[in-house]
Amino acid sequence: MNSMGILTARETPWEIVANNFSLLAMALLAFGAVVFLVFLLAERTSVKAQEWIKYLVFIAPAVLLLLIGLIYPTIRTLIFSFMDARSENFVGFENYVWAFTIPEIVTVLRNTALWVVLVPLVSTAIGLAIAYMTDRMKRPGIIKSLIFMPMAISFVGAGVIWKFVYSYEPNDKRPEIGLLSAISKNLTGSAPNWLLEIPLNTFLLIVVMIWIQTGFAMVVLAAAMKNIPDEVVEAAMLDGAAPIKRFFQVTIPMIRATIVVVLTTITIGTLKVFDIVRTMTGGNFQTNVIANEMYSQAFRQMNYGTGSALAIILFVAIIPIIWYNIRQLRRERTER
Amino acid sequence: MATIAMPNARRKARNIFSSPFASAAAWLIAIFWTIPTFGLLVSSIRPETDINSSGWWVFFSEPNISFNNYAAVLFEGTTTNPPLFQFFFNSLAVTIPAVVFPITLAVFAAYGLAWFDFKGRDFLFFTIFGLQVVPLQLALIPLLQLFSQGLKFGEITIIPDLEITGTYIPIWIAHTIFGLPLAIFLLLNFLSQIPRELVEAARVDGAGWFKLFSKIILPLSIPAIASFAIFQFLWVWNDLLVGLTFGAGTKDIAPMTVRIAEMVGTRGSGWEVLTAGAFVSMVVPLIVFFTLQRYFVRGLLAGSVKG
Repeated sequence: MNSMGILTARETPWEIVANNFSLLAMALLAFGAVVFLVFLLAERTSVKAQEWIKYLVFIAPAVLLLLIGLIYPTIRTLIFSFMDARSENFVGFENYVWAFTIPEIVTVLRNTALWVVLVPLVSTAIGLAIAYMTDRMKRPGIIKSLIFMPMAISFVGAGVIWKFVYSYEPNDKRPEIGLLSAISKNLTGSAPNWLLEIPLNTFLLIVVMIWIQTGFAMVVLAAAMKNIPDEVVEAAMLDGAAPIKRFFQVTIPMIRATIVVVLTTITIGTLKVFDIVRTMTGGNFQTNVIANEMYSQAFRQMNYGTGSALAIILFVAIIPIIWYNIRQLRRERTER
Repeated sequence: MATIAMPNARRKARNIFSSPFASAAAWLIAIFWTIPTFGLLVSSIRPETDINSSGWWVFFSEPNISFNNYAAVLFEGTTTNPPLFQFFFNSLAVTIPAVVFPITLAVFAAYGLAWFDFKGRDFLFFTIFGLQVVPLQLALIPLLQLFSQGLKFGEITIIPDLEITGTYIPIWIAHTIFGLPLAIFLLLNFLSQIPRELVEAARVDGAGWFKLFSKIILPLSIPAIASFAIFQFLWVWNDLLVGLTFGAGTKDIAPMTVRIAEMVGTRGSGWEVLTAGAFVSMVVPLIVFFTLQRYFVRGLLAGSVKG
């Protein structure tokens, strides 16, 4: 980091921007030119030659990139997870034993479990409720946009937004500038230092992720509700089913498949999230999660062994979902 | 028959059953959901002294507006701590190719997977589908080594060290790779809906595989491409992990998220800088979101609602 600072010491920010943008323009032009040339040449080849060239042009690039960039690294990470910090000697299951016995890491695993249970359930539940409440509204556009908006904000941005909500004023004489602290002081006369309060802080971070994911759940579930045939809904209405009853006995069973998709999608996103924790507490005060600890182990402690082991644990947690999704998709494809 | 004849009556029936209580509750939740962001926005336009001495809600009784926070965070800086506008352009330079590259490669692959008949097509399809959810974390360390050391098996060099560390190229490649599975899957869903007759007619007319792609498939898939482009744009612009791993080494290329995260860490209390900075980083995605929400939702639904 330092060496680069010295290297670029004489360049002004505008010069750096100009340099970067000329590189950007060159990269885009080069990419476009290659694609164009390949097409120009391939189009002129004989029909027979095209039968194999088509694989080379259309399928090979993506497959090659996925092999080099995802499949090969995954295998290597698996191997690294059985090696020491600098990937020189095999250490057997040492890194995994470490992960499941060191108290700090056990806390990390416990927190991750908490995230993975709470975020999907709560955001899907709230999303479902809003989708149902707005299903029959005349103009639900603004409401939905407002709830959906956090989806457009980065986790880092969301972290700043909520850190501000949770901000705490240690000096009793000065007014609180954090919304939550101010409310708490008005109601109870005091406010804790929210992000230091264990275990409350983990829940406060989870709230941020729920805030982001609810919009996603709402949009997808609302679309599914619109697909329920009117006859079904009206039959239930004519039977005199109260809205709440209709919700549990008609709506939920009709969109069950979509609810599962939403739950699994949010679960996967939650397992991978690290930005929120990193921005708001840096993983301190017992709020750490696997994804953040994986990053610290690998790139702060420079321990590729433990970092890889944590990545593999993350992967193993996701495998059942992948398996379930593939089975589901297989079934749909054969039905078609 | 009634279904076809009385769509209006039906819609009316729907509205009668919408309860005012449910609407009120939905509005309440929506307002509650917006307050945190709104508080940040209000704070960012208050003078520094106000931000640190009173809550943002005081603004409504003592409205002092100042754009100094924005001026300071955007344009003031040193060589070691460059102003935020530089990172804004860094984010653009990261994002544009990281959207263009994966989309191009994904349209190609989706076309092949949808219309070429070959052995192992299903296997390839399910592999890509499965790769969609593989956590990035799994690939980070080896990919980083690949960029800095090349790829060797024993003594044989398969990919040499390209000396691209510290440039945008590793970030672009990483984002391209990580975006591919979802892109292929979404586009494939769309491309396989193009009527078979259309493709076969073109084939009979003597169009080769390449002409077929550029004359028929590509123009038809523009809407699907647009949907995914928004998706990938928001994803890359808002990403921290890839930017941090492949681009944090030098401030010349680090995207804005990396910078904001750093600001939160080193000056936890400077709310006048943080509120404005966070808002600068949110402006572009929010504009994209509000103007193109329809396409964004369409992309989202293509990936998750079946049937």
